[in-house]
Amino acid sequence: MTRKDKYDVVVIGAGPGGLAAAIAAKQNGAEDVLLIERDQELGGILQQCIHNGFGLEIFGQDLPGPSYAQRFIDDTLACGVEPLLDTMVLDITSQRRIFATGRHSGFVDIRARAIVLAMGCRERTRAQIRIPGTRPAGVYTAGTAQRWVNVEGYMPGSRFVVLGSGDIGMIMARRLTLEGAKVERVVEVMPFLTGLTRNYVQCLMDYDIPLHLSHTVKRVIGNQRVEAVETVRVDEKWAPIPGSEEIIPCDTLLLSVGLIPENELSKKAGVLIDGLTGGPFVDDTFETNVPGIFAAGNVVHVYDLVDWVSEAGRQAGISAAKFATRIRRRETGLVPLRVGDNVRYVVPHQVNRESLAEAPVRLQLRVKTPIESPVWVEVRNRDHLVLRKGELYARPGEIITVEIPIKAYDQVQLADELTLAVVKR
Amino acid sequence: MPDQTKILCVTCPKGCTLQVTHAGKTVIEVKPGCKRGHQYAARELVDPRRMVATTVRAMNAVHPLLPVYTSAPFPKARIQELRAALRALEVPAPVKMGQVVLANLLDTGIDIIASRDLAQVD
Repeated sequence: MTRKDKYDVVVIGAGPGGLAAAIAAKQNGAEDVLLIERDQELGGILQQCIHNGFGLEIFGQDLPGPSYAQRFIDDTLACGVEPLLDTMVLDITSQRRIFATGRHSGFVDIRARAIVLAMGCRERTRAQIRIPGTRPAGVYTAGTAQRWVNVEGYMPGSRFVVLGSGDIGMIMARRLTLEGAKVERVVEVMPFLTGLTRNYVQCLMDYDIPLHLSHTVKRVIGNQRVEAVETVRVDEKWAPIPGSEEIIPCDTLLLSVGLIPENELSKKAGVLIDGLTGGPFVDDTFETNVPGIFAAGNVVHVYDLVDWVSEAGRQAGISAAKFATRIRRRETGLVPLRVGDNVRYVVPHQVNRESLAEAPVRLQLRVKTPIESPVWVEVRNRDHLVLRKGELYARPGEIITVEIPIKAYDQVQLADELTLAVVKR
Repeated sequence: MPDQTKILCVTCPKGCTLQVTHAGKTVIEVKPGCKRGHQYAARELVDPRRMVATTVRAMNAVHPLLPVYTSAPFPKARIQELRAALRALEVPAPVKMGQVVLANLLDTGIDIIASRDLAQVD
């Protein structure tokens, strides 16, 4: 069960994007933030990325994935975000209603003033790249193997071929070698490495794992279990070059052939998806085409550094908090009064929007420092002047009174807040 | 006559190719690259080291494994010895991030550090 049935901000997904968004939302005015995660713990895929190389941009330190996640998890819990674990979101509406279910949470039906989508991405599978051959056990995505080896303690095989020279593929080649497996080959269809050079050095070169560029897997061989794969050289149009085939005996084929933003939920909420990135169209505040629904991290486009995912999450969290605050104020019908230039305080602290329908609203304030010449007492809605009243001078010992007139009703209806200032004429 | 060796730097994600001019194992010049890259190149010639991240067995924890890493770059040639030493290790939960799970591994002065908190389960 959740503590409330309506939240300022609900974040979906507790990976690096979602954690940063939840923290930023809470620290930027959201009163309550719910963070929904389908796994039994926070951190997302970082928990299985045990290698180092994370955090150089944000922390100036070279951290393993779980350490990078732990810092954000600690902050998330410390700042009062409510986590909802082991819970799968089933549906989101464009009115920001969320349906979810979980073993412990039961059926969840909640409303959000703002939503941050942070579902990350998923791996491309064998079906999506259409590798011919039989369908035996032993063909896995690199990330699945990573979860087994690094978190759950299973070895998926003993002799491997890896298709794809992306970072996950190379990192898994090293990891499996360290755990006693033999990695026969990394095969890449492009004529160049698709991951980082440092991973080629410290994952493949260090362990003498051969990399074949401009090669692909032509066929999977084996009935119950993978027995071998047939690789082949390709030309610049990825067409196999006859005569260049090679049969490599192995029991497991790992696929590291790209990541796709995970947007099934986004689509249900009416969020428009860019065909090129696979993620939502967003503006500079990370808002999607659906008002109040924001998106950040790999769900928008696949990043190469986690630090940038966190930064995008932070931005989206701030934007979501602002949106939610605006909505909440409209719901309560109260407009806060803020002190601007040379104003020490003002009473009342907030104004009911509907009060002006009946009578003017009187405000009383004190200045901070004396001005012994004519002044303007100004009330502004952001840059827009709502009211200006002249006084001959302003002294801290003497209260200044202004009235918001009935004719300002419409402006106050639209305002998020009103700011008072006392300035020289 | 100085030698020329190309070294691919692994210090950060940029992955620069360093052109190292050296006499035997004494570095004369490295270019391009930053201060950290130069330090890396100098060490790579005499004593190549790598950060190692791996797992050890965890007891009574939410997961059967605890991710760990070396407190400093570890001698590359001895990484398999490191793995063998860690296979014998079992760490009881609860564990806190940064906790030293094995000190001074193989007399290298390098510690094995927990990468995350790991809660205890009954």
